[in-house]
Amino acid sequence: MAELGRFFLVFARVMAWTPRPPYDWRQLLRQMVRVGVESVPVILLTAMFTGAVLALQSFSVLARFNAESFVGSLVALSLVLELSPVIGGLIIAGRVGSSMGAEIGTMRVTEQIDALEVMATDPVHYLMVPRVWALVAMLPLLVLMGDVVGMAGGYLVAVVLMGANPVVYIESSFRYMDLWDLAQGLIKAAFFGLLVGVVGCQKGFYTSGGAEGVGRATTRSVVAASIAILISDFFLTKVMTWLTPLIVR
Amino acid sequence: MTGNGDGVVVSLEGVRKAFGDLVVLDGLDLEVRQGESMVVIGGSGSGKSVMLKHVIALLRPDAGRIRVDGVDLASLGNRELTHFRRRFGMAFQEGALFDSMTVAENVGFSLHRLTDLSAAEIRERVEECLRLVRLEGTGEKLPSELSGGMRRRVGFARAIAHEPEILLFDEPTTGLDPVITALVDDVILDLTEGLGTTAITITHDMTSAFRIADRIGLLWGGRIVALAPPEEFRELDDPRVQQFIHGRAEGPLTDPREVPGSEIGEERKR
Repeated sequence: MAELGRFFLVFARVMAWTPRPPYDWRQLLRQMVRVGVESVPVILLTAMFTGAVLALQSFSVLARFNAESFVGSLVALSLVLELSPVIGGLIIAGRVGSSMGAEIGTMRVTEQIDALEVMATDPVHYLMVPRVWALVAMLPLLVLMGDVVGMAGGYLVAVVLMGANPVVYIESSFRYMDLWDLAQGLIKAAFFGLLVGVVGCQKGFYTSGGAEGVGRATTRSVVAASIAILISDFFLTKVMTWLTPLIVR
Repeated sequence: MTGNGDGVVVSLEGVRKAFGDLVVLDGLDLEVRQGESMVVIGGSGSGKSVMLKHVIALLRPDAGRIRVDGVDLASLGNRELTHFRRRFGMAFQEGALFDSMTVAENVGFSLHRLTDLSAAEIRERVEECLRLVRLEGTGEKLPSELSGGMRRRVGFARAIAHEPEILLFDEPTTGLDPVITALVDDVILDLTEGLGTTAITITHDMTSAFRIADRIGLLWGGRIVALAPPEEFRELDDPRVQQFIHGRAEGPLTDPREVPGSEIGEERKR
């Protein structure tokens, strides 16, 4: 419970500091490179195989109903709506959330955070604001790449391995998908980016107890962010399916 | 810049701080005057660092009052506190350098954040501060490439770079060789005697303490139990003072019956 309180406290402070100058564009850019650009390979790799295995599974299931022509639709919609943002979020929680927890936690136990405060620099403003927004900006981009590569993975399996008709497959991929589906996935991704950033910063900021404490903060960043992603995904989906009829036509 | 007549810049009154069950400061009183070099000595875990962190509001007291120029720190909001801290420079025990930045960026950090100096002026000031601690030419290095003693000196240079009115030094010479120790002592003397800067130094290096102090205080059991100018301090017939000065293992400081809460533990951090 106390952890939840801290989460909202950190969240509120990040929001409150965001509009205040000076804007540290250089730091933001640096973090965007760190969380975004450097995560591209691992995101592409996992998306590729997610799409591939999805095609493999749905092919064998849909074949039982003679509905192989829907494999493309199923793969595309599952990826865009659900798998790409959730798996992307989990991967980023492991890769970026953990390093944020460890980095800020180390800064805490080596008194670097105290040093910042002493030099009249708010650690929330200086450390957390650029990290959180870098994640909010980059995770949707990564997920978008994941969508494309995942569908390519599905295509490869269906067409090359299972012998599906390439034209039918591609046509089926896009037949039932509209822009709102894509947007839903990206909104989720941005939200997961926010969760990973705030949780990582929070766990790091409240670290105590030397190297052991930093280890604990690192683990907790990943575990808490992953759980938060999976739980919030349910509620986000609920809200967005409720919104869908209002937005689409 | 004193603000009030008696020249007291920093005053701690009845400051009490406990971490859980461990009472670290227990009604501590201390007044530091304008331009004075105050040295507080005390064993490891006696709460010296904790006291110093209260002066700059990194820690808040459970009870008691801390005033700087007559202003109660408890009355300051976040923004005022940020402004207030510009007047301070603090050197941390292990340096606390930002390890993602070069030495020069570390030393110039407060100049970038707190002053309007141009990049060239900052570079000049950074080089000057590094020269003071005999680290000229290391500006492009990363903290991880330096030895512990060098990091501590960079931390010292960073603390004095923006020419603060009040300096707080957390064991500035621990672990430095005698020559460098004398050098750092000289810089502290130059700042307090030459420029009228107020300094609060905590240390357990007695040689250093006698060299730089206008007054020395002994922190024990959460309070300042002895306070005097160096010459008088040496002559105090308080057994605790004598035990500390002469570094004896036996005496009231180490007698479990005398130690409040009977715990001389690790220096407690948050």
